[in-house]
Amino acid sequence: MNDPLPLIELRGITKRFPGVIACDRVDLRVYPDEIHVLLGENGAGKTTLMQILYGLYQPDTGEIWVDGQRMRMRSPKDATRAGIGMVFQHFTLIPSLTVAENIALAAPGPGMFWRRKSFTKRAEELSARYQLAAAPNTHVWQLSVGEQQRVEILKLLHRRARLLILDEPTAVLTPQESAAFLRNLRTLAAAGHAVILITHKLAEALSVADRITVLRQGRVAATPDPAGVRESDLARWMIGRAPPAAPIRASQAAAAVELSLTAVSAKNDRGLWALRGVSLDVRRGEILGIAGVAGNGQRELAEVIVGLRQAVGGTLRIRGADVTNASPQTLIRCGVSYVPEDRQEMGLVPRASILDNLLLKAYRMPPRARGPFLNYAQAGDQARRLLAAFAIHVPRLDAPVSVLSGGNQQRLLLARELATHPPLLVACSPTRGLDVGAVETIHRLLLEQRERGGAILLISEDLDELMTLADRIAVLYAGEIIGCLRVEDADAATLGLMMLGGHALARPTPAEHGT
Amino acid sequence: MIRRLALEKRPDPSPRLLYLLSALAIGIGLLLGAIPLWWMGTPPWEAYHEMVRGAFGSVYSLSETLVKATPLLLAGLGVGVAFRAAFWNIGAEGQLYMGAMGGTWVALTYPGLPAPLLQPLMIAAGCLAGAFWGLMPAVLRARWRVNEIITTLMCNYIAILWVDFLVYGPWKDPRAFGFPFTPPLPQTARLPSLPGSRVHLGLLLGLLVAAGLAVLLKRTRLGYEIRIIGLSPGAARYAGMNLGRTTSLVMALSGGLAALAGVCEVAGIQGQLRHGLSPGYGYTAIIVAWLARLDPWATIVVSVLLGGLLVGSDMLQIAMNLPVAGAYMLQGLILFSILGVEFLAGYRLVWRDAR
Repeated sequence: MNDPLPLIELRGITKRFPGVIACDRVDLRVYPDEIHVLLGENGAGKTTLMQILYGLYQPDTGEIWVDGQRMRMRSPKDATRAGIGMVFQHFTLIPSLTVAENIALAAPGPGMFWRRKSFTKRAEELSARYQLAAAPNTHVWQLSVGEQQRVEILKLLHRRARLLILDEPTAVLTPQESAAFLRNLRTLAAAGHAVILITHKLAEALSVADRITVLRQGRVAATPDPAGVRESDLARWMIGRAPPAAPIRASQAAAAVELSLTAVSAKNDRGLWALRGVSLDVRRGEILGIAGVAGNGQRELAEVIVGLRQAVGGTLRIRGADVTNASPQTLIRCGVSYVPEDRQEMGLVPRASILDNLLLKAYRMPPRARGPFLNYAQAGDQARRLLAAFAIHVPRLDAPVSVLSGGNQQRLLLARELATHPPLLVACSPTRGLDVGAVETIHRLLLEQRERGGAILLISEDLDELMTLADRIAVLYAGEIIGCLRVEDADAATLGLMMLGGHALARPTPAEHGT
Repeated sequence: MIRRLALEKRPDPSPRLLYLLSALAIGIGLLLGAIPLWWMGTPPWEAYHEMVRGAFGSVYSLSETLVKATPLLLAGLGVGVAFRAAFWNIGAEGQLYMGAMGGTWVALTYPGLPAPLLQPLMIAAGCLAGAFWGLMPAVLRARWRVNEIITTLMCNYIAILWVDFLVYGPWKDPRAFGFPFTPPLPQTARLPSLPGSRVHLGLLLGLLVAAGLAVLLKRTRLGYEIRIIGLSPGAARYAGMNLGRTTSLVMALSGGLAALAGVCEVAGIQGQLRHGLSPGYGYTAIIVAWLARLDPWATIVVSVLLGGLLVGSDMLQIAMNLPVAGAYMLQGLILFSILGVEFLAGYRLVWRDAR
């Protein structure tokens, strides 16, 4: 690091969006052979900055230099030509094609014919050289998320990308997969590539970074040397104040069972079994965490409980009453609230107003409903009170939800779902992709709900989150509950192995788990 | 410094912008239409001047514009409310014909009834027939996920040919020398109209329906459900809405409104059911609804504008000897322009420094 020529240099990048400065005079230097961690809360401008570098946005002012030459990134095409590649949070693979085909599509080469042999060989070569295991002739839909991620990286390498930008790549991985993935990044850097890793996980940043840039509110808050910096310092730079203490969970006496599933089975959208005989109980004043790698039946489990998916077998009881396959409306009336994983597609209506979004569950109930009519004056008052109670700042009640930041959208969603103090809350990855501040609020809200005696089923891929919040953690693997541990008995390694299907290593289920 | 135009995403298009875009689309459509006009040897400026005069220049021309605007308004409102629920009903033409048939059937079957009884009955029967016609594709979609664009389109052909069958066959006026229309309806079946013009009760009905729909969409639970379903079916299901039931209701309403246009056309203008009753009002209604951004109040304005376009091009035909197809060509160009400028709702053009 004796200051050679940087591969990429950003100078004074500024980007304004209506009402906010996403990036404010940001400087950044990225060198070959290095992993550069870009750390910051969501909304700190990390992704925007990288989208500018990748040509998706144009900066208002500022310059991009590649290999000591000023370049203009008008589109991802320009960026690709300059050797810059980016892996997005949402993958861009074609599931029905094979790994090799997906890789070949990234840069199809000249001619109109599909030279299967040559590109299969190329895929094998790349995969071997960078130790990124991916069987070239497997179809992408058969791959795990971790494998898909490797294919995304292989695509960029096939295009001869020298700088790889990875947007929160470990968000969807188990601890073991994450560790392996970070080792892969190391190999890439050793082979002369530069890597920019966007993350908000402090431990991860410290474990791999050669350099760290911390962004806060669009500005570079610090560029610490990873060798001599502590997590607490990073957190302070990220959020601009001392990090909050871990929330304290009061222990709860055994209470009545709120939700009880017995041998529930269900199929996914493709008609394959997604849940195989799941049994579990959630008690009042308890948070039951569901751990698991994405796609092991979490979504289906939540949907069966809230009535959006048919249970093919088994029974679902709420406070003892059989509500198997009841309609969503019935279950809403039974006091089941739901924070879905996908807030843009299901939990909220981005193009509808904030007021309309707050009405989504309550529009049938007086005093907001009066006969067939809606009383918008009443609804507006209630909405303002709710927003004040949850300390959510919005421009206007009739502004579309899409203008809010991700964190505020999620606060809004949670405010609506908790407004009625529901006896049962089903929450799926409620803090995914949110900044530290928002995560803190949402954790606090969940714990308060628990204090009030609410039962919470918390489905999350974030083990740290489950360990902080849950009283018990059940692991879902391939549609089955592999085991259920009290949080005192759980540790990341054991849970991680169970998430990969390690039956034998799981400790026996505690007795209180319903039989 | 060279500057060039570039595109940038626009996060939150305002309603005012959307109306400006509609106006821009009409402008671009007329501009594009100038090319064939000019090519046919007609100075476009004169032609458009003639059209505006023909459509809005006198009390008579204005009344004729309103006559054409009436079915466009009713059918446009129907199409608009279906589109609000993201149900792509392009079957207004067929629903209009079914309405015309239903109304005619009442008038032909009970010619002796007094007007205050006969006319509401005609309207009720017509709307029911149209509602049924709109309901079928809705149920097919709710039950078996049949694409409604195909079914509503196909239902148009069935309805139009069915009416043809009636007016060429069982309902044909025996004294009409073989022309395809029913006997004239009794005078009691004719909707009241403004003295000295052909502007009839249908226009008033259209205005009332527009007001009613505005209230329905903004102030009622059903309207809320319609809006949410249209914006996000996933969220609607999540909120416990019954999508099949609500869209069926919406399509019954949508079909019923297009059918009302048909009843009014028969009872207000033609006085009989005939082959080729509608010169494509049900299709033009799609353009009306889209230009109005699915807003009931704006639909009133847009239907008068497009009614004026129809009357104006009739004038053009007489005064400047141009084919009537010109009007439909202009409509088509305007629709294309709308679809084109739609892009600008999501993106903005900005000047940016270029190297």
